[in-house]
Amino acid sequence: MAETTLTHTSQMDRPRGLRGIAADWASDQRAFKNVSWGKAMMWIFLLSDTFIFGCFLLSYMTARISTRVPWPNPSEVFALRIGGSEIPLILIAIMTFVLISSSGTMAMAVNFGYRRDRRKTAILMLLTAALGATFVGMQAFEWTKLITEGVRPWGNPWGAAQFGSCFFMITGFHGTHVTIGVIFLIIVARKVWRGDFDTGRPGFFTSRRGRYENVEIMGLYWHFVDLVWVFIFAFFYLW
Amino acid sequence: MVDVTPADAVPPAEVAEMELYHPHSWWTKYVFSQDAKVIAVQYSATAMAIGLVALMLSWLMRLQLGFPGTFDFITPEAYYQFITMHGMIMVIYLLTALFLGGFGNYLIPLMVGARDMVFPYVNMLSYWVYLLAVLVLVSSFFAPGGPTGAGWTLYPPQAIMTGTPGGQDWGIILMLSSLILFIIGFTMGGLNYVVTVLQGRTRGMTLMRLPLTVWGIFTATVMALLAFPALFVACVMMLLDRLLGTSFFMPAIVEMGEQLQHNGGSPILFQHLFWFFGHPEVYIVALPAFGIVSDLISTHARKNIFGYRMMVWAIIAIGALSFVVWAHHMYVSGMNPYFGFFFATTTLIIAVPTAIKVYNWVLTLWRGDIHLTIPMLFALAFIVTFVNGGLTGLFLGNVVVDVPLSDTMFVVAHFHMVMGVAPILVIFGAIYHWYPKVTGRMLDETLGRFHFWITFLGAYLIFFPMHYLGLMGVPRRYAELTDMNIMTESAHHLNSFISIMAFIVGFAQMVFLFNLIWSIRHGREAGGNPWRATTLEWQTPETPPAHGNFGKELPIVYRWAYDYSVPGAKEDFIPQNVPGSFGPSREPA
Repeated sequence: MAETTLTHTSQMDRPRGLRGIAADWASDQRAFKNVSWGKAMMWIFLLSDTFIFGCFLLSYMTARISTRVPWPNPSEVFALRIGGSEIPLILIAIMTFVLISSSGTMAMAVNFGYRRDRRKTAILMLLTAALGATFVGMQAFEWTKLITEGVRPWGNPWGAAQFGSCFFMITGFHGTHVTIGVIFLIIVARKVWRGDFDTGRPGFFTSRRGRYENVEIMGLYWHFVDLVWVFIFAFFYLW
Repeated sequence: MVDVTPADAVPPAEVAEMELYHPHSWWTKYVFSQDAKVIAVQYSATAMAIGLVALMLSWLMRLQLGFPGTFDFITPEAYYQFITMHGMIMVIYLLTALFLGGFGNYLIPLMVGARDMVFPYVNMLSYWVYLLAVLVLVSSFFAPGGPTGAGWTLYPPQAIMTGTPGGQDWGIILMLSSLILFIIGFTMGGLNYVVTVLQGRTRGMTLMRLPLTVWGIFTATVMALLAFPALFVACVMMLLDRLLGTSFFMPAIVEMGEQLQHNGGSPILFQHLFWFFGHPEVYIVALPAFGIVSDLISTHARKNIFGYRMMVWAIIAIGALSFVVWAHHMYVSGMNPYFGFFFATTTLIIAVPTAIKVYNWVLTLWRGDIHLTIPMLFALAFIVTFVNGGLTGLFLGNVVVDVPLSDTMFVVAHFHMVMGVAPILVIFGAIYHWYPKVTGRMLDETLGRFHFWITFLGAYLIFFPMHYLGLMGVPRRYAELTDMNIMTESAHHLNSFISIMAFIVGFAQMVFLFNLIWSIRHGREAGGNPWRATTLEWQTPETPPAHGNFGKELPIVYRWAYDYSVPGAKEDFIPQNVPGSFGPSREPA
């Protein structure tokens, strides 16, 4: 597909420079030649979602730099007492490790998907879902710990009230994304396992036939959620 | 650019992916339909229905302003509720939904030569979530305490405090929930519109051959996908402030002699988030109007659009610039003067691409074969109104002029002219233009002309005097203006005059609605291409177009959308799907 497109386009003599770039983008039928509709739609959705997380994080930063009350120290708040000593950020470190590992298994699933290896693809996707669920579980543990220590959306024992509100809002919104991802991972894994993408079985709601590319589109979303977590980690826990 | 003939083109990619859903029952054909054309009609009908509510709210407001003290049932609280719901419904639930959900759904697939939107199922969900958003909004009228009266900008802290209607009742909660739903629904539709334009075009349809209507709707949708997130976040945060007692937007504050639990929030943060959405929103409404009006003018003046390339780049430039001007809505918020300087500069720069567009419309008309059809009348009215509203925008874009005019009727007059009346005129023009394609029948001409003249002249009689009221210093958002020194007797008379005009214009809209319904059965048969237009939607085998739009074969596009009055051609228009050369076309190379 890639090669045929290239020969086709190279047959046309196109204008040079900026005009050529514009002509390329504006060219026949598709702006992005080898990108399917589903993949294009996911990329554009992720762009929009980036703006949502961007607005959340910017609002948090605004609140944090404009407050006149001291901001609670993250390395103390997010420390765990393990074996008699306080280890700062240990839980978050494990959570981050788990989530990034899940991106690895997702990438492997995509690879096996394109090799049409149903079994390995489905298992790796379920493994990804399990890691994601573990992440959400640890997040629930972290929330519970903070709540028992007295952190509320409207206040906390250590300083600015916005600490709790931003924390619950942003990690909650991200956790929702992970949860939705886990659900869809399971759904797609089921389709892979059943062989829907080999037999061309139409979707229950959409009555469209799925393809193994759906695994990659699912992966795009998953990597995005992972990437967002890196930013939340940096701006919330390391600042 | 090279003439793209089918031989050079990338092999048709639409076949593998476009599997249409074929409805099996009445329900899946007309109610839960996945056909973009049915969804478009559903979107339009819902938007117009809720718009009718907003129109009636404006009458109630005008009753109070024009004849203060006469109507006891309009309390100050009720007045604020009317003003809030009127603004929010008109901007979001009517204009945005009608342009993007209505015209976008109907015109994009037909104009780019696609069978449907790329993901019809998601497209259908988009409408149903939108309907849910509208129902939640309407439910606030029946909730305890009534709808919110915070003003359409919903500024905190007042939006969620006791003194504001709905602030501590259900009003604000339902408003914010409805907006969140609207954004979710819009995103589902918007992704479809963008991907269809980028990836779903028929052979030969390069982006630089798209009708400007599609360019306008496409750019507006991209902007909406990037601007609505800010509103989404603002709504979530205010909902948390109201429900959980967080302090994102709420500073330490005393209400009725009592210190509230809130502490340390920033109301200005809300204003930034709101206007980062709110300013692009103006152009989300304006760009589809720009695009549509370009096509109306070109078709009904039988002449190619002047400076097509420039028109496209102007649309893109306006879209991009509109993201860096938002704080011109906040000159009086106490911001740093250098900020004001920056935002005033960017604001005035937007006037350049906008002026290019206006010049190009006028130059398209220049020596054209102008047919004064109803769509053309509305298009001409749009140009005049838009220039008028745009010029007052230059007043308000400058900090020093804006500060004294801020929060006066001048502002009300400005934005009603530029983003109320002007886009609505285009919507009317567009409905008269495309109604024959949707129903197969023409709208009644006599009623249409009556509707046009009353609406156009009436809108001027309503909003032009408001500028003078504003210059006198009459404030906006005041329920009672009786005992103010600035309200001279003549100002009161002017207000009564404006109110009477508002009722007359409102009545004309009822005539329009009657025409819409009556003509479905009784209108003159239109045929497939009554305006003798070039774009693909007029070349469908059936009218109204059947499911799948183009019959067995998708059309192949050989030319741009503006081959009108090509010298040497037999007809004064050459449809986009007709091959061959007929004479010197003005299509940009």
